[in-house]
Amino acid sequence: MRRNPVLTVLHRLAIGLYIAFALFPLYWLLKVSVTPNDLLYSEGVRMWPSRTSLEHYAFVIANSDFPRFFLNSVIVSGSTAVIVTLVAAIAGYALSRFAFRGKYWITALMLLTQMFPLVMLIAPMFKILSPLGLTNSLTGLIVVYTAFNVPFATFLMQSFFDGIPRDLEEAAMIDGATRFVAFRQIILPLTLPGIAATLGFVFTAAWSELLFALMLISGNAAATFPVGLLTFVSKFSVDFGQMMAAGILALIPAALFFLLIQRYLVQGLTAGAVKG
Amino acid sequence: MTAPVAARRRPFLSRLADASEPWLYTAPALILIVAVMLVPLVLGISYAFRDIKLLNPFGGGFVGLRHFEALATDEAFRTALVNTLWWTGASVVFQFVFGLILALLLNQPFRGRAVAQALCFLPWAVPSFLTGLDWAWLFNPVIGPLPHWFVALGLMDTPQSILSDPDLAMWGPIIANVWWGIPFFAITLLAALQAIPKDLYEAAAIDGAGPIERFRSITLPFLAPTIAITILLRTVWISNFADLIVVMTNGGPADRTQIVASYIFTTAFRRLDFGYASAIALVLLVLLLAYSMLIVLLRQSLLKRG
Repeated sequence: MRRNPVLTVLHRLAIGLYIAFALFPLYWLLKVSVTPNDLLYSEGVRMWPSRTSLEHYAFVIANSDFPRFFLNSVIVSGSTAVIVTLVAAIAGYALSRFAFRGKYWITALMLLTQMFPLVMLIAPMFKILSPLGLTNSLTGLIVVYTAFNVPFATFLMQSFFDGIPRDLEEAAMIDGATRFVAFRQIILPLTLPGIAATLGFVFTAAWSELLFALMLISGNAAATFPVGLLTFVSKFSVDFGQMMAAGILALIPAALFFLLIQRYLVQGLTAGAVKG
Repeated sequence: MTAPVAARRRPFLSRLADASEPWLYTAPALILIVAVMLVPLVLGISYAFRDIKLLNPFGGGFVGLRHFEALATDEAFRTALVNTLWWTGASVVFQFVFGLILALLLNQPFRGRAVAQALCFLPWAVPSFLTGLDWAWLFNPVIGPLPHWFVALGLMDTPQSILSDPDLAMWGPIIANVWWGIPFFAITLLAALQAIPKDLYEAAAIDGAGPIERFRSITLPFLAPTIAITILLRTVWISNFADLIVVMTNGGPADRTQIVASYIFTTAFRRLDFGYASAIALVLLVLLLAYSMLIVLLRQSLLKRG
């Protein structure tokens, strides 16, 4: 098709503007985190400080509880991602391959869990977990996050299985393999991109979760990154450099996972359900 | 060919094994959902009719509709309802409009598209608590550039945070939410755009249809189902999304940014009044169900007419 040069320039300009809008808040976070304290107020609105330093990062890593929050968040998000992906892979496989009575109801139940306000569960969840000793514990958070993420992850895995021809495992089963062996040895390896995408989605979701972590965790020992950061902000609300250095640290794992999975985003979200 | 032989020899056990196989595969997922989501949901509904305060160990008795009577005269709740409409409406409209524009822009082939796409979608990977804090800092007159830019543009007399201005405060979380949510709409719509057969456009171009005509008669009809389902689900999701508000304003100043979801959280988390919080949650649930039913009915009547 012929291209109008004016339209082409406008198109690139619009893309450039949006990229600037998307990146500016993150750029500002980085900028303040490397601005030394004595320049913070005198050069408040400059695009880049005349002198940079990593003192805020050094302080946050050496003298604060953030390394522990970071570790807690890695444990919670990592365990949640692995467990959810395992559970969702076998459930998604069943929804993709079997025609059985009850499939409709399982799908409806999972859709329902995507519709009702999770904030409804905050109070009863606290009441249930408290006598079990699962408040103020990473295990409690992992259980809660796992359940919340299973429905979406199952839909996602189902759509990836739907994209793999049935003939493959049927051939293996005719050769004498049981269905589970065929699933594990033939289908799962083909679904590796789907598994990676699901791991990434769930990890990021668990890494970001705030309200349940605030409700279920008190005190620093089991605090995840969002809880630790918010506590820090309300206690030391003048130390902007340190807060933003901590913010950049919280961004790193999420951004890494995003870069890994963003290739599959368009594919995954079309097929899967719709969730933030 | 062992399976048919086995089926003849032990028909019942074999059939049972076959019938239970899908249930075995889905059991872990179902158990988790029922135990960690459905049971607390039912319990939460029962709390709405009970006196449950965390600091009062002797509470727990049934109080009938007392919470709902209190709700009817609760000024903060009424404000939260109106704010929820504002918050949800403005967020969804802006996210959708900019998301659609971004998807159309990214659907054109150009050099470096993969990188541009990754950068455009990056805000979506930013954790919601960090999005809230980041925008709160950008609006902060001490540390952020936005108030100074507003002054330079003549929108403000002195640099101050819009988050502490009762009339403007709601726009803070809305802007943060739009920034964060545009990629989501863009990703979904881009996927739908890429599923439209290319030859349709070529045929239309040969027939002499201009770009606007092509957009109206090919792109929009193809996108319509995706747009409808995405907006429906996002509306429900955003009306429940309290993170940004809790982080940025905590409902203030003077409840001007309190939405129903953040009001539920505040009532449970700060006042530790689980009974009242559950009553508000039940009202929210009923409203959302009514909204979803309305959309489904509307869709069916439109389909019938079409």
